[in-house]
Amino acid sequence: MSGRIIRVVLPAHLRTLAKVSGEVQLTVDGPVTQRSVLDALEARYPTLQGTIRDHVTKERRPFVRFFACEEDLSHESLDAPLPDAVASGAEPYLVVGAIAGG
Amino acid sequence: MSKVRVLVGTRKGAFVLESDGKRQKWDVSGPHFAGWELYHVKGSPADPNRLYASQCSGWFGQLIQRSNDGGKTWEPMDNKFVYDGVPGTHKWYDGTPHPWEFKRVWHLEPALTDPDTVYAGVEDAALFRTTDGGKSWQELPGMRGHGTGSGWQPGAGGLGLHTIILDPKDPKRIFIAISAAGAFRSEDAGATWKAINRGLRSEYIPDPDADVGHCVHHMAMHPSRPGVLFMQKHWDVLRSDNAGDLWKEVNGNLPDDAGKRGFGFVIDVHAHEPETIYVVPIKSDSQHFPHEGKLRVFRSRTGGNDWEPLTKGLPQSDCYVNVLRDAMAVDSLDSCGVYFGTTGGQVYASADAGDSWNPIVRDLPAVLSVEVQTLA
Repeated sequence: MSGRIIRVVLPAHLRTLAKVSGEVQLTVDGPVTQRSVLDALEARYPTLQGTIRDHVTKERRPFVRFFACEEDLSHESLDAPLPDAVASGAEPYLVVGAIAGG
Repeated sequence: MSKVRVLVGTRKGAFVLESDGKRQKWDVSGPHFAGWELYHVKGSPADPNRLYASQCSGWFGQLIQRSNDGGKTWEPMDNKFVYDGVPGTHKWYDGTPHPWEFKRVWHLEPALTDPDTVYAGVEDAALFRTTDGGKSWQELPGMRGHGTGSGWQPGAGGLGLHTIILDPKDPKRIFIAISAAGAFRSEDAGATWKAINRGLRSEYIPDPDADVGHCVHHMAMHPSRPGVLFMQKHWDVLRSDNAGDLWKEVNGNLPDDAGKRGFGFVIDVHAHEPETIYVVPIKSDSQHFPHEGKLRVFRSRTGGNDWEPLTKGLPQSDCYVNVLRDAMAVDSLDSCGVYFGTTGGQVYASADAGDSWNPIVRDLPAVLSVEVQTLA
């Protein structure tokens, strides 16, 4: 079975680091979860390893947020299925640098 | 003709400044890695075109960048700094045990003879090394595993290993310093370490003469005399003539600060005169700006105690910048150049060993580090 095409939007600094512009499209095999999307993202762009999730614990870095379909998924289980709209490619999965400051 | 390249790390990117040997006109390139904190950028003594940079942010963590062409292009290297074994704990600000957590790389020290070997001093304090040009990093666990490690407590700036000095005459000897643990020496290439803090006196710790717990800000050494070390401590400028076994204060006539002397962050040694040293006294540990609003470098030609203020070309009124610990360096041209950067974004240079100064760039983001390469 071929994988699904998932759209991912990265913050500007990580687009620069990954040397991409605009959205990233990833092929995800199996269930489409935050973990499988992030695993695919880091596999495709190894320079992003450690910038979104901790190298060892794989936990989200504190000032990074995950949004999709106008919902904050940052505190959801990484293994929960992403919304159908993300899994179908209709909506992107957003990696966001949190507002910090004022 | 000789060239000089100045590598500047700032709160919002890295800059590379180049000049010919006259050091009057400077080309500025950057910002590289715009928007990121560049704690340190340093070139390899074995290959001046090989540069390493520590790039980090509160959002996206630590990156290491490498250049093979003198800073024109860069490539990200491995950024995985994982403590060896079970990390254990050090002491937190409130005195409770706190797990060792990697936060950032403060200092990168390329090896003297191999461009692929680099030492990294990190927060929480530990020493890492790469031997493959940054493709992978391994901890030298003997440093963090020093018997006193569980009692180390961070200073206000964090528990950072910020100074790494490699002995050019003995490849197995390394000196490091940690805020706020103190200075340490290894005689076996980093496998084991000895605390070298005798003679340091710090009234802000319960036992002012303790073996560890001193807030060492920076150390410097002249390569021709690796047994002589100079130290800028939280308070006090000190020297050791026996590789750190015993230190003595050399504050001398540095500015009086409510009965104390010698607070500051940077210290460096003239390229050709091993007894000529430079510091920038800063007013107290809570104000962190120059005395009397006057930015003055103090030079001693006697290895301490007798100091002269160097002011020509530096602001002598209403100046309230700071000069951070890694933000001073020297070149090795015949007339030694001295360089330092400020939290106000100026990089000052002297082409005459400190007698006169000029800002070679004046409106950068706050400067975190300055390193200099003298190029043939």
